[in-house]
Amino acid sequence: MINAAWLLIAIPLASAALLLLAGRKADTWGHWLGVFASAASFILGAGLLLALLGRDAGDRVHDVHLFDWITAGDLVLHAGLRVDPLSVTFVLLVTFVGSLIHLYSVAYMSHDTDRRRFFAYLNLFVAAMLILVLADSYLLLFVGWEGVGLASYLLIGFWNHVPTYATAAKKAFIMNRVADVGMIVALGALFSVFGALDFASIETSAATGGASEGMMTLIGLMLLVAACGKSAQFPLQAWLGDAMAGPTPVSALIHAATMVTAGVYLIVRSGPIYDQAPMALLAVAIIGAITLLFGAIVGCAKDDIKKALAASTMSQIGYMMLAAGLGPIGYAFAIFHLITHGFFKAGMFLGAGSVMHGMNDDVDMRRFGGLSRYMKITWITFGFGWLAILGVPPFSGFWSKDKIIEAAFSAGHGEGWQPWVFGMVALFGAGLTAFYMSRLFFMTFHGKARWNSTGADGQPERHPHESPVLMVVPMVVLAAGSAFLGLILAAGGRFATWLEPSTGHAEHHDPVLPIPVIIAATLIVVAVGVVIAWRQYVLAQVPAIPPVGSPLTRAARRDLYQDDVNEAVFMRPGQYATRALVYADKKALDNSITGAAGLLGLLGLGLRRLQNGYVRTYAAFILIGLVALLVAAAVLWN
Amino acid sequence: MEYSNYLYLAVLLFCVGAATVLLRRNAIIVFMGIELMLNAANLAFVTFSRMHGDITGQVVAFFVMTVAAAEVVVGLAIIVSIYRSRRTVSVDDVSLLKN
Repeated sequence: MINAAWLLIAIPLASAALLLLAGRKADTWGHWLGVFASAASFILGAGLLLALLGRDAGDRVHDVHLFDWITAGDLVLHAGLRVDPLSVTFVLLVTFVGSLIHLYSVAYMSHDTDRRRFFAYLNLFVAAMLILVLADSYLLLFVGWEGVGLASYLLIGFWNHVPTYATAAKKAFIMNRVADVGMIVALGALFSVFGALDFASIETSAATGGASEGMMTLIGLMLLVAACGKSAQFPLQAWLGDAMAGPTPVSALIHAATMVTAGVYLIVRSGPIYDQAPMALLAVAIIGAITLLFGAIVGCAKDDIKKALAASTMSQIGYMMLAAGLGPIGYAFAIFHLITHGFFKAGMFLGAGSVMHGMNDDVDMRRFGGLSRYMKITWITFGFGWLAILGVPPFSGFWSKDKIIEAAFSAGHGEGWQPWVFGMVALFGAGLTAFYMSRLFFMTFHGKARWNSTGADGQPERHPHESPVLMVVPMVVLAAGSAFLGLILAAGGRFATWLEPSTGHAEHHDPVLPIPVIIAATLIVVAVGVVIAWRQYVLAQVPAIPPVGSPLTRAARRDLYQDDVNEAVFMRPGQYATRALVYADKKALDNSITGAAGLLGLLGLGLRRLQNGYVRTYAAFILIGLVALLVAAAVLWN
Repeated sequence: MEYSNYLYLAVLLFCVGAATVLLRRNAIIVFMGIELMLNAANLAFVTFSRMHGDITGQVVAFFVMTVAAAEVVVGLAIIVSIYRSRRTVSVDDVSLLKN
């Protein structure tokens, strides 16, 4: 079973190739092939899970050799798959949520003439993501890493006839390339230090102190840069909001549940490196804490339902990064939160898609309101996701996020400033999360209806309705996951024990505050957030035109000026530099070359006169030349 | 008899031939100038052959005659065809390939 793991990747990849090559002929059945490929991968993944569950904890890490990839003299790099609890967990998340979203897309994209191409890209994404998580070396991981970047680019720009969407796709692609520089430097440094790129050899060499701490810190920081780009962490977060230009199922699958969590996977997978580089690990936690607040603040001000969810994704991944940055005590919680987040955030994105479906693709929450009466199932499933992200017991988020907050309060072995700073940030973030998610939920589903069903006042007419059954079923399944998955996995520390072969055993440290106090404080902060949102967006009238707001609100609406900073610091100087280079190129280089060419041209014009067409002149030239040669030879001879 | 006299004659013949080629317009005459130059060269070859007692020079002279005969065939054919198409044998009138 484990040796057949390559089929997991091969099936969706073959399906993607077939769908792209078959052309319009596959329009009638292509989407079902896409669903089937994803589902087949899920079934194989479930088989892997059963195969691993049947083994002892010590026997759960398997490296499957596929083929010799690069052979050059003494250098041999293998391509292989690592089947262990961590990768199988990811495989199941990607293929399960992926299959549901494939199913959802069948209905969501049914009016799109390019639905087949959409499914080809989705399959390509699934295949690339599986390469990423199943790779047994950083090199193969990098292949998947770029593959998901490509799929993300193709899907964000799926409606590339809209110029802003195409720009958003380019923005995502380019910001990810910036991060990839970090990845490539890390790969080079790893290879120069360890002479290998596979996890197994790096793990053993790193544990035996095969490299200096400075080198390990460099590698750790470079991997962090890579993770920041892919996971939309500060300061490379600006692309995620614009990435919402893609169709909503894409936002759910790639920009909420799976691809953007690849950075967290990378950090956790590189645990053996970070064990030797405490400074780099601290940097991971700090980046996570900053992004956590950043995303939450931005989420509080966004009126576009998808962008608010994107900001929330950024913030939640900040939580995961924070947990991963706490070292071995946090790895399992980071992955745990990643899984539960994958369910509830994908569920909420699908809910948002369902709302858009019923509201003629409108995304402005100020024109929603009171939709709970018209879209009952969407309302309930979204509500489950909302309760889960709030961390209300017994919903999934409670089990994962509370653990992260507890772990944050025991950061740095529970000494010094770290537990207080990280703990308070995580706690405050929980309150902000409660506020902005409740704001989103209330603005959409509760309060007075702010849309127009008659078409009066020049407003577009809206007839909200529940979505077709193919869209509803995935939402219901994901809502069930949001409700119960956390409880099932958390019971008896089951998930942490399952991951232990991959993430290593963590020594328990007591938080600086007693655990019941932390839980109570979290719940109180969450309740306060919900109450403020209730007061502001249900009891009070929500203005259809956004009020001017405080400076912080205005800043948050503009994503805390992330684009302005990027434009001022990188884009404009870059443009000036390119313009200066173009000017220099035109004036100095081009002119010198065209000048030389012109000179030769003039010379040619002069020489052309000699070709007068009279044979006798030519004969005279020959004679003169010959005589000159003879004279020269005679002179030189003597 | 001094060999140098033969060489003076060869130089003279060559100069007459070269002058003919450079100065006359009639293609036939130009052609004769070329023949004159070739024969001047032949004369020089034979003279040097006798001076050095080496037969090679005379062999080369035969080669030159052979080549000259072939050249006359080709050259006269070209002149005839030019005359047929353009009704002239003046080399100055055939000056389309210029600039």
